[in-house]
Amino acid sequence: MSLGDLAVSPGAWVAPAVEWLNVNLHPAFAAVTRAVEGLLGGMEAALLGPPAWGVIVAAGLLGWWLGGWRMAALAAGALGFCRGAGLWEASVETLALVVVAVALSVLIAFPLGVLAARRPRVEAGLRPVLDVMQTVPPWVYLIPAVMIFSLGPTPALIATVVYGIPPMLRLTTLAFRQVPREFLELGEASGAAPRTILWRIELPLARPTLAVGLNQCILLSLAMVVLAGLVGAGGLGAEVTRGLTRMEMGPGLRAGLAIVAIALLLDRLSRASLDGRRG
Amino acid sequence: MSAMAASEVLIDCQSVWKVFGDNARAALRAIADRGLSKTEVLQEFSCVVGVSDASIQVRRGEIFCVMGLSGSGKSTLIRLLNRLIEPSSGRITVKGQDLSGLRGQALRDMRAKHIGMVFQSVALLPHRTVLENAAFGLEVQGVARARRLEVAREALARVGLSDWAGRLPRELSGGMQQRVGLARALAADPEIILMDEPFSALDPLIRRQLQDEFRSLTKELGKSAVFITHDLDEAIRIGDRIAIMRDGVIVQVGTAEEIVLNPADGYVADFVAGISRLHLIKAHSVMYEPAAWARARPEVDVGALPRTHPEADIDALIGMVVGSGQEGVAVVDGGRIVGVVTPRGLLQGVRGTAPADLSVV
Ligand SMILES: Nc1ncnc2c1ncn2[C@@H]1O[C@H](COP(=O)(O)OP(=O)(O)OP(=O)(O)O)[C@@H](O)[C@H]1O
Ligand SMILES: [Mg+2]
Repeated sequence: MSLGDLAVSPGAWVAPAVEWLNVNLHPAFAAVTRAVEGLLGGMEAALLGPPAWGVIVAAGLLGWWLGGWRMAALAAGALGFCRGAGLWEASVETLALVVVAVALSVLIAFPLGVLAARRPRVEAGLRPVLDVMQTVPPWVYLIPAVMIFSLGPTPALIATVVYGIPPMLRLTTLAFRQVPREFLELGEASGAAPRTILWRIELPLARPTLAVGLNQCILLSLAMVVLAGLVGAGGLGAEVTRGLTRMEMGPGLRAGLAIVAIALLLDRLSRASLDGRRG
Repeated sequence: MSAMAASEVLIDCQSVWKVFGDNARAALRAIADRGLSKTEVLQEFSCVVGVSDASIQVRRGEIFCVMGLSGSGKSTLIRLLNRLIEPSSGRITVKGQDLSGLRGQALRDMRAKHIGMVFQSVALLPHRTVLENAAFGLEVQGVARARRLEVAREALARVGLSDWAGRLPRELSGGMQQRVGLARALAADPEIILMDEPFSALDPLIRRQLQDEFRSLTKELGKSAVFITHDLDEAIRIGDRIAIMRDGVIVQVGTAEEIVLNPADGYVADFVAGISRLHLIKAHSVMYEPAAWARARPEVDVGALPRTHPEADIDALIGMVVGSGQEGVAVVDGGRIVGVVTPRGLLQGVRGTAPADLSVV
């Protein structure tokens, strides 16, 4: 018996499983694709509809509201750079992908994270899953995603959501665990309902750690969205991929800088909105 | 307040047990059947006995102190009173309602409206202003914002913090934070206030000041309180009655004077050994029967002695004896001489013992 026979080959059973899913759940996947494309299309239309300078000014105003004139300058500057580099459409596509992916990640990770903080068993069950999700190289997610949803923004979005969930979930659990026991007692002793304790006591106390989780989720999602240029997700990732395949330094570098600008924009705005001076 | 109202029981604990651990039921049964001790329960069932067969009554308008060393089960006991902890057995009635019968909203209403709580750690929400913290209880009850802030402002005024309403908790000193905690409890206007070592972390001077403020405020507002402390001086200063706990057991309940004069066992005696009796023990506890005294000292005219009332403390009595140069002080109640305090009786009072045999007056 050769060593080759002993080698573990998960692909041997993953591929047929995906095949089976494809055959039997095709209508469901098609519906997911339509929903994702609708969502992304809407976001993009909202950002591409008005002239670019309008969006840039709006971003500046948002930045000013969240963190004063420095934030305003940063937000407007970042988008202005994307426009100036001639990458407006690609940048907007990437932005839309990231925003939608992060929203979905948070929607899934937050309740699960809270549940895990309350129920040690749930946490014990989730931990190995999260470990695997975080150690598998990100592009590996893309393979089954593409097999199911074929090329395009949908597999990119799904892979990004999967990739963004673990940091958000872990830090949500940590954030809620860190809430000192006496504050929960205060809530109970005051006669607060569990819902009131969650929103009025736990959430505000958990906010700084939640902000860290959201921040990681955003930056990892951005990295994944760029990587997803490989599978035809469009946006800045596609520009980078093109630069790579044609070995052209200029466009690749320009797209890379635009990605940095978007990363800065999302990072600072999300931080300011969560642990800013307001509230 | 009439004698009837004063004796009305607000909180009634009957044989309450709390055993922590997975085997609590079995442990409890073994305690009932075989009378295991706390250590035996720990060894055999790996369960911790937090509160052991506690029975207390807290009356309307009284400040009831629970005193005991660390780990004696004080926090467990006080948390049983608003059911933050479920008792393993026994019955707790608050304002005539059996706590174990209250479900969901009914229990929350009971906590929100009738039982306030103040914590050692204060637990002020750091992101809210002092005023918003003080209004928290009312917010939970769904009182409209304007109204609850108004009530909270009044509560802050009561504890002398009106000028700090707009500040954040971290800008306040420990003593001030503890006052906010008290204001938060008062704002919801509960009849009963539970205090779990609220002043333990404060320095002695501020602590004294808060003790006095707390006592007068509670009396002024006609509230009842259960006050936990590990400091007997504090219990004496604040409490109308004191319960002493050891290893989950309530070993003695009584007024400070009763406990000092008649400690239930060596443990309590050790506790009270260092306490100054001067302001604690009153004339009625150290006086002799007037008739017996007259027989023992026929040469002295009782009517000519300086006079005082039964509640005069030893310190005042010593002043009178020293100042008058007489053989003793006559204690008068309702126009009648009810007793005589002698220097010998005073010395025994200072030592914390009841007056000795009269034959040696
Ligand atoms: N949740 C719990 N699980 C297990 N054991 C507990 C729990 N809470 C308290 N105990 C135990 O019950 C006993 C009484 O604890 P409790 O906190 O009531 O004491 P305490 O008198 O308030 O002490 P301190 O002055 O230190 O606050 C201790 O032996 C403690 O270890
Ligand atoms: Mg305690």
